[in-house]
Amino acid sequence: MAGLRTLNYDAIVIGGGGSGMRAALQLTESGVKTACITKVFPTRSHTVSAQGGITCAIASADPNDDWRWHMYDTVKGSDYIGDQDAIEYMCSVGPQAVFELDHMGLPFSRTEEGRIYQRPFGGQSKGPDNPTQAARTCAAADRTGHALLHALYQGNLKGGTTFLNEWYAVDLVKNQKGAVVGVIAICIETGETVYIKAKATVMATGGAGRIYESTTNALINTGDGMGMALRAGFHGQDMEMWQFHPTGIYGAGTLVTEGCRGEGGYLINSEGERFMERYAPNAKDLAGRDVVARSMVMEILEGRGCGPKKDHVLLKLDHLGEETLNLRLPGICELSKTFAHVDPVKAPVPVVPTCHYMMGGIPTNIGGEAIMQDSNGNDQIIEGLYACGEAACVSVHGANRLGGNSLLDLVVFGRAAGLQIEKSIREGLVHDEASESDVEQALSRVNRLNSSTSGESTVAVKEDLQRTMQLYFGVFREGESMQKGLKMLEEIGERLKNVHLEDKSQAFNTARIEALELDNLYEVAVATAVSAEGRKESRGAHARNDFTERDDENWLKHSIFNPVTKELTKRDVNFAPKTVEAFPPKVRSY
Amino acid sequence: MLVSIYRYNPEKDQVPYMEDIEVEIPEGRDLMVLDVLHLVKAKDSSVAYRRSCREGVCGSDGLNMNGKNGLACITPLSDVVKKGKLVIRPLPGLPVIRDLVVDMSMFYKQYEKIKPFLINDTPAPAIERLQTPEEREKLDGLYECILCACCSTACPSFWWNPDKFVGPSGLLQAYRFLADSRDTATQERLADLDDPFSVFRCRGIMNCVNVCPKGLNPTRAIGHIRGMLLQRST
Repeated sequence: MAGLRTLNYDAIVIGGGGSGMRAALQLTESGVKTACITKVFPTRSHTVSAQGGITCAIASADPNDDWRWHMYDTVKGSDYIGDQDAIEYMCSVGPQAVFELDHMGLPFSRTEEGRIYQRPFGGQSKGPDNPTQAARTCAAADRTGHALLHALYQGNLKGGTTFLNEWYAVDLVKNQKGAVVGVIAICIETGETVYIKAKATVMATGGAGRIYESTTNALINTGDGMGMALRAGFHGQDMEMWQFHPTGIYGAGTLVTEGCRGEGGYLINSEGERFMERYAPNAKDLAGRDVVARSMVMEILEGRGCGPKKDHVLLKLDHLGEETLNLRLPGICELSKTFAHVDPVKAPVPVVPTCHYMMGGIPTNIGGEAIMQDSNGNDQIIEGLYACGEAACVSVHGANRLGGNSLLDLVVFGRAAGLQIEKSIREGLVHDEASESDVEQALSRVNRLNSSTSGESTVAVKEDLQRTMQLYFGVFREGESMQKGLKMLEEIGERLKNVHLEDKSQAFNTARIEALELDNLYEVAVATAVSAEGRKESRGAHARNDFTERDDENWLKHSIFNPVTKELTKRDVNFAPKTVEAFPPKVRSY
Repeated sequence: MLVSIYRYNPEKDQVPYMEDIEVEIPEGRDLMVLDVLHLVKAKDSSVAYRRSCREGVCGSDGLNMNGKNGLACITPLSDVVKKGKLVIRPLPGLPVIRDLVVDMSMFYKQYEKIKPFLINDTPAPAIERLQTPEEREKLDGLYECILCACCSTACPSFWWNPDKFVGPSGLLQAYRFLADSRDTATQERLADLDDPFSVFRCRGIMNCVNVCPKGLNPTRAIGHIRGMLLQRST
């Protein structure tokens, strides 16, 4: 620890995407000494890739729209393991968060009345008794994530936020009482390793889609926050719940927004049939994402896939006309031409379900405070640790996230975490100093890599990890094959201990960062695998061939993965919203 | 295929050099330049470059490929390779940190200089600030900028005066806020730009338009700003 430089803040936010920047803005504006630590320049964060929009009952498309309908859709979409107090909070304060974004400058598309344009998205209704398709997703063409992320960065520039750009967080520092007191981080440009002390540490590190071979996620989505939390002994919640987006471009994995179907596009099989009419007679192509993704795989498995290998289906858009496509889906036209060599104006786009979103994460309460289960199964708040956005599991998405709810989650809970931290700091949040050995502990990974002399390369281990997850923990899962997958992960874990960093240089050493990221991918993969094997039912995105039914008697619960014992326990789902009656579990049909 | 890559590691190289690396390109697929860089890195992990979204929206991997700036992740080999060779250099005109990684602080500083955020002195309404579709349409072709720096680092005026000329990217953003019906700081913004360098060092060379990977037109935006500045002074 000698010679280790220390930086001091009241709060640090790890991650410069949507939730991190919303949290950082809240903290900076309230005068809390804050730094936002991000491994890429903020506008390179994965929020930038969100396309279709941000779902929220702002009553533009329908003046009678009601946030309670949005809440109902979200609860149903979650297959009833979304926490209803958190969903209530998100849907009710949502409009305020969206209007803030407009005031910040986000260039939303507009209606003739001058209001924000809203498009239909999957799983949207007008309440429990009215399955009429609603249009509730606020959009900036099909570049809403880009527009949102840039508006947030601009808001932070205006507010004077301190950014540590291109700094990589390695591991949490925990004091002897188990409180999180900061993080070890590397300045990528110089290679310097630094201890950043903070009273509050926010994990806003996004998802980990790169545990799979085929994903819509950016190359940077390596689950760094989840990895750090698990290594520190904290729990992961609902880690088996991974969303496979119905429309990833076949071969490339890049996303094609659900907004395509919202604007009137639909899926066809090799016989040219609009097959979603069979699987979801009412909502058709706008059923929940889990439902559509599974239907697509069924079509392919039954031999009605398209192309020479019959391994994908087609998304038909040409009937919408060139004008609509250029106005509403310009980015999609661009992506499709680049990655599928198809112009959607003329021909359908080849698509296949692709790993997209981690519904699970670090369990938190509404204020973003990280939670851990004690040995009696009671919730305990982890001192000093917070999480928001995809890295967190509040949980508003439960077993399946609705399209457009992730951007809302980011801004609502980024802000909420900021508010909570501001309050805690004002009330005198302090921790004991970390000891020298506490800091050493957090430095151990960097130290090991820096002194490696021989072993395997990062690339080979990463590829095997991704292939294992793809094969054994994909859209459909089965006990026996998951057991096999778990064995393979064990072997990969052994190889991981032996990864060799050949290049020991300091300046912008991306090989070192990639090796550190691989550890995080592995942590998340194991959590996913154990949780998937352990949840013996089918619910939302978790579909098992050996347990095909939802089992409310045993599994209307969150799963909690303990990284120390590698065991799974259960945690109650919240059915106690404050201002409305809870929505009881029902059969989920679209 | 022969890939020639600009190499510089400040810890061991006195001067930068070009390294030729033979890369096996899999048959039947038109790889992107970024895919080729991954293949190179699998062979030699010390090659440094930035990348994130790999779909042309984050702006991390702006590079100079066979002499032209662009994003590696959406530049197919079929578009760029000449005579079986691909030369990859960092974006020109900015200091190199290592290999293909440039120091972008000058570029970001120019962006910050134009106050890239909405300014509106009137109290915010309880809902969004209304804007007609026609007013909103004025932002098309402006807000899509991804700050990749391909344009500014292709601009001779920016090479010459990176500290004083805002550059095509920054000016595109300056016009994005001048054109926004929700922004009330038009006069203040114009006053900030009204000097011989910030805007008027643009010589209409149009390299920016030629290289923008998003198909945007900074020269046109600069033209609009010039017009507003001239109108203001008469």
